[in-house]
Amino acid sequence: MNIMLAEATQARAVAPPLAVLLELTHRCPLACPYCSNPLELASQREEMDTGGWLDVIDQAAAMGALQLHFSGGEPALRKDLVELLQRARERGLYSNLITSGIGIDEAKLDRMIEAGLDHVQLSLQDATRESADHIAGYQGSFDKKLRFAGWVRARELPLTLNAVVHRHNAGNVPRMIELALQLGASRLEVAHTQYYGWGLVNRAALMPSREQLDAATAVVEEARVRLRGQLVIDYVTPDYYARRPKACMGGWAQKFLNISPRGDVLPCHAAETVPGMQFDNVRDRALLDIWQHGEAFERYRGTAWMPEPCQSCPKKEVDWGGCRCQALALSGTADTLDPVCERSPDHARILQAAMDESAAAMPPPFVYRRPARKALPGESPA
Amino acid sequence: MSTLDSRSTPRFLPGVRLHHDQTRSQWVILAPERVIELDEIAHAIVQRCNGERSVETIVAELAAEFDATTEEVGGDVIALIDDLIGKRILRL
Repeated sequence: MNIMLAEATQARAVAPPLAVLLELTHRCPLACPYCSNPLELASQREEMDTGGWLDVIDQAAAMGALQLHFSGGEPALRKDLVELLQRARERGLYSNLITSGIGIDEAKLDRMIEAGLDHVQLSLQDATRESADHIAGYQGSFDKKLRFAGWVRARELPLTLNAVVHRHNAGNVPRMIELALQLGASRLEVAHTQYYGWGLVNRAALMPSREQLDAATAVVEEARVRLRGQLVIDYVTPDYYARRPKACMGGWAQKFLNISPRGDVLPCHAAETVPGMQFDNVRDRALLDIWQHGEAFERYRGTAWMPEPCQSCPKKEVDWGGCRCQALALSGTADTLDPVCERSPDHARILQAAMDESAAAMPPPFVYRRPARKALPGESPA
Repeated sequence: MSTLDSRSTPRFLPGVRLHHDQTRSQWVILAPERVIELDEIAHAIVQRCNGERSVETIVAELAAEFDATTEEVGGDVIALIDDLIGKRILRL
């Protein structure tokens, strides 16, 4: 998922977030090897109940959020999704469903629209059936997605396709664009895989070559001009091949917050990987208080935390030091600069490792996302 | 797709709506994965994009409201509408 809120700027120090992502569940019919959920997935019994989510929606609206992203896992696996959408509409929030498209029939889609659903973002694993089903780890997923997209467009609901790109499908970006047009999507996100969590586990299986990246970029740039006014294409580059890091989440704790299935409030999807960080839970503390004063939010907000060479870098308020979780995963600590930055002492080593992986003739098989997890207290290990 | 001219009647695409943001005391456009903040003039333009008013009418109304000539506001109106068509916020 890619949150594009670049038009909106925030002047005050701790202005409220514009968008809140509700990770309603980690359960999902798909098993994509780059899933943004953590390696340790929450089980259904750990998920927050309906009352908890309704309270979150009320608090998000009251603190000034404008958009809610209903995500997962597959959010439609929650039986209370329609009720939650209804509450979002009652509070004036714009609702976006981030879905695999699997498990939603026409009657359920109608109930969601009636409740106030504004927009659907449908994941696309590839532009061809066999490859898409292989990447998703689910036979028949591609056909179900196309059927679902047709139902969405038949109801004039706006549709975004989100295609995560890697070495197995980078050559199919032209066909993804064609498919988006055929399906009547108004937006297409071509998002190169982000390499943390499951994506990092599968990096050697997914990393594209520089040539694949350059070809995909050229296709997108051409199509953006040709299809202006017809299809908006958002493009997320693989930051390993960049000279400077991305402004991850638009800056830590500046524009965005994420609520996990358990109700933990996170500055980003991957923040739970940072060791020793305390996350507050919405069942214990008010959302606005967590956003403004929570330890996890304050730790990397702004520039005070930055080491050199970030502190003297003229770009420090452009990229905000990049991604904390990537710094942790690749350089061993979240307190240093994102090693994707060319000023990082680890940059050359990491880039070389990624390029070596992308050059392998036979990439390793996927490690599919699966619900392996630690046992809860009092629970016998599975 | 028809081209934008003075007789065009722009309107919002489905899934796009105007919203008054009480927290920040301003008008915004809520759209798929986007929040676009509107200043007073931008709001005056887009709130008239209802599929019935022509660009010519919008320009005339704006000129009257802001006490300017149609030549002065015409370029700004066209530029904003064209930009929002490119972003799939408005359609003709």
